[in-house]
Amino acid sequence: MINSEYKSDGRLERVLRSGRFAVTAELNPPDSANPEEVYQAALVLSQVCDGINATDGSGANCHMSSVAICALLTRADYAPVLQVSCRDRNRIAIQGDVPGAAAMGACNVLCLTGDDVTVGDQPEAKRVFDFDSIQLIRTIKIMREKSMFLSGRKLTSPPRLFIGAAENPFAPPYDWRPFRLAKKVEAGADFIQTQYCFDVPRFKQFMQRVRDLGLHEKVFILVGVGPLRSEKAAEFMRTKVPGVYIPDEVVERLRKIPAGQKREEGKRICVEIIQQVREIEGVAGVHVMAYRQEELVAELIEEAGLLPRPMQPGVPPDHHHHDRIRKSKQAV
Amino acid sequence: MKTGRWLQNYPHFLERVYQLTEWLFKRLDPAIRRIGYGRIDRWIHVPEAWAKRAVFGCKMCGQCILHSTGMTCPMNCPKNLRNGPCGGVRPNGHCEVIPEMRCVWVEAYERSLRMPIYGQELLELQPPVNRRLEDSSAWINLLTGMDKRVPAGWAGMSYIPLVPKEMGGWGDE
Repeated sequence: MINSEYKSDGRLERVLRSGRFAVTAELNPPDSANPEEVYQAALVLSQVCDGINATDGSGANCHMSSVAICALLTRADYAPVLQVSCRDRNRIAIQGDVPGAAAMGACNVLCLTGDDVTVGDQPEAKRVFDFDSIQLIRTIKIMREKSMFLSGRKLTSPPRLFIGAAENPFAPPYDWRPFRLAKKVEAGADFIQTQYCFDVPRFKQFMQRVRDLGLHEKVFILVGVGPLRSEKAAEFMRTKVPGVYIPDEVVERLRKIPAGQKREEGKRICVEIIQQVREIEGVAGVHVMAYRQEELVAELIEEAGLLPRPMQPGVPPDHHHHDRIRKSKQAV
Repeated sequence: MKTGRWLQNYPHFLERVYQLTEWLFKRLDPAIRRIGYGRIDRWIHVPEAWAKRAVFGCKMCGQCILHSTGMTCPMNCPKNLRNGPCGGVRPNGHCEVIPEMRCVWVEAYERSLRMPIYGQELLELQPPVNRRLEDSSAWINLLTGMDKRVPAGWAGMSYIPLVPKEMGGWGDE
């Protein structure tokens, strides 16, 4: 179906190309200079997913940098996905970070436009947006395929990265979104992680168009999912977080449940969504996002029947040059 | 000066005006070249800015792609996106950053559907902006080819996904 030549040395690509349903999860970088906090969060996630996203200033709030998270994770043999947002850095900085992260052992990169500075706690900051996400995808593809920077200057060793992009089928203009996906695939995207999916019927419509355009055969699509703690959390997300759309039925469903059981219900809703999207033709996996609730992510993935993850021999570790300092952490 | 913004509700008319103006400039190119591109730029860019600002909210980026973006200036997007909307568009179609403003790309897409000549160019992959062309005349840059120059790495790669025109609704209206 898809060209079987590997573009990266990573686990995520191999799981996807083997036809298995992939699972990725997000690690929320700590507000800290202490690496232990990263390892604690990653430990739970590493057993239950094929790739861990190191977010880059999500919500326009600064945290430990995503390149640093990738460096820490590869030391422990975990599989990070480097997220790059166009909001904070110009083309010169980004083209420096990307080979740097690859040198640290990162095998996957996710290209994002980025939330605007005004949604974070430092709205006075200067917004950069020297690139948009499509130019970013194309630039990384140029580095990988042509072994050169955008200017044409050569790289002696190209970054072997599996290139990802985001898509949001739940934001207007709805009819345009499949075509935006087509542009990202043409620019060079190998895999996609979508924004939170709480409206499965709308997602099915989107996937129908995606299949009409033949995109499901050119790119691996992972559906964004996540648990809602309560109807208040749902209201917060759909009003304060850009691009998140939660239908009223979901909020109502949570409102009706007594206080002590809301968390369970939120988890149940998420598991149902995972099971439904799994049936849709063209969906290659899920991307689980839960703000600072990594244990909940692990429970969710287990309840959705997605364990064990294929990490046995046959699926090689991410990067053979990493330091194996934290080898002991593997035995869990 | 925003008195001309209503004209953007007639994208087919505007794309015909663009087509005519482009033809005119190309016809006048030999004369312009003889007088000197730099000299003409100095004369043109002020009235050009004035006219385009009135109709499109032009920011004089110097590499105009209006006809490829539904006759809607992408530099009005707070994130200056040149390839389409971000994922943060509000459910009512308004901008993530400026809630009172309709998303530039929502408008661009709707207008492109009414543009049988250039509408489907919305699918083109636009290269990164050359900031050095700011405040220069986009028409002169068109004649000199400056607005089409791309970084060496970008050259020679595909610039548009293969999508049948009818699928996107950009057929002849």
